[in-house]
Amino acid sequence: MRMLTFAKRCAREILRDPINLAFGLGFPLVLLVLLSTMQKNIPVHLFEIDTLTPGITVFGLSFLTLFSATLIARDRESAFLQRLYTTPLTGFDFIMGYMLPLLPIALGQVVICYLFAIPLGLTVSVHIFWAVLGSLPMAVFNIALGLLCGSLLGVKQVGGICGALLTNLSAWLSGVWFDLALVGGGFEKLAYVLPFVHGAELEKALFQGDLGLAVPHILPVLLYSGGVTAAAVVCFLEQMKKQ
Amino acid sequence: MEAVKTSALVKRYKTLTAVDGLDLEIRQGELFSLLGVNGAGKTTVIKMLTCLAKPSGGEALVGGYSITKEPEGVKSLIGVSPQETAIAPNLSVKENLELICGIHGFSREKTREKCRELSRQFSLDGVLGRKAGKLSGGWQRRVSIAMALISEPRILFLDEPTLGLDVLAREELWEMIRGLKGRVTIILTTHYMEEAEALSDRIGIMKNGRLLAVGTVEELNRRAGTRDFERAFVAIVKEDGV
Repeated sequence: MRMLTFAKRCAREILRDPINLAFGLGFPLVLLVLLSTMQKNIPVHLFEIDTLTPGITVFGLSFLTLFSATLIARDRESAFLQRLYTTPLTGFDFIMGYMLPLLPIALGQVVICYLFAIPLGLTVSVHIFWAVLGSLPMAVFNIALGLLCGSLLGVKQVGGICGALLTNLSAWLSGVWFDLALVGGGFEKLAYVLPFVHGAELEKALFQGDLGLAVPHILPVLLYSGGVTAAAVVCFLEQMKKQ
Repeated sequence: MEAVKTSALVKRYKTLTAVDGLDLEIRQGELFSLLGVNGAGKTTVIKMLTCLAKPSGGEALVGGYSITKEPEGVKSLIGVSPQETAIAPNLSVKENLELICGIHGFSREKTREKCRELSRQFSLDGVLGRKAGKLSGGWQRRVSIAMALISEPRILFLDEPTLGLDVLAREELWEMIRGLKGRVTIILTTHYMEEAEALSDRIGIMKNGRLLAVGTVEELNRRAGTRDFERAFVAIVKEDGV
């Protein structure tokens, strides 16, 4: 009950920030329109709406890191957390309170992306349902990464690292904007060590209903989600102790 | 029983000793001010007493509970209004009050009742629907103190409650704090001498982490051989060496 009260507060703080809505929802939708329009003029397989939409939905999830990190860093800097540390809320309540409300926000974001892409020519099939569900591990990864960054960094640093660096890394290393094989070498290898391309490929495979294509990407995505979540929990509890 | 009793309480941060062997007793129902210049150790004392920081040495009992061994017991008795504004900025004033009620596990009915009571007590009716982050500093501080009182604490900690407020907002907040006297033990930190003088039953003067003197304004004036509290403060602090 206490945790849900805190989670409701976190959801309100995020959803009432117009910048969050503009970036989290507006930006991916604008990209869908722009890139699919480009594709109509200069056909590029990567920008065909059935290929583009799953990738853009996964890229859009990277903004969740910015949302959660900003909220936590702001709470820490404003002494709001200090006040709450003197209440009966436990470490578990805090972590779940920060993470849980972002899951339905992530699902909403993914569903809106797919719905928005239908008039742009997206193939409608039952696979969309599996693709929406399949986006959850990457959503957890991004939310946990936000908890981790918010526990370690200040508001200004979060803006730079999560807002600029991470979203760019997520864009370049996901294979959504360009074929990673075109660059090849160390860049491609690095991309496949990180979770972004696996998340995008998993989403594309689930959207196509091709489980065989999805399988190689499931383990890296789950490992990164679990690992980052564990690190985030440890770091949050550590900063809680330091308070 | 004292509301707060500390014995040789120490807090060290690497090479800095922020609080150095604090022995203090605060009676139930009194308004006790910790007065000192910036860096005297006042906020560190509050952080230890509210279980936000672990002492490096010594012990303290808050409402009979040990801050080191029984932090949950301590937390069940206290309300805290931190030095910086500690409100949820995108939530309305009413939602901020409801949030704290929810965190303390109040029923819907008790939450409604508590919000009504505190709105009346702190004259918040006109701003209940406004976003807390859009209010002036004085109103935010008022909301912050109302939030600290929701759990019906026996002991209320106010860390620099009027810091950065203009004269009118400060006067209004003083009036509100005076209204709480007697009903709850209040421990207030401040570096404004006139604030300590206007509000406190007793004052503790701190410098460099040490408690230099404790007493009523009259007692401290007498000790310094002056009728002016500001001079008394300066004299007591200078006794210890500038």
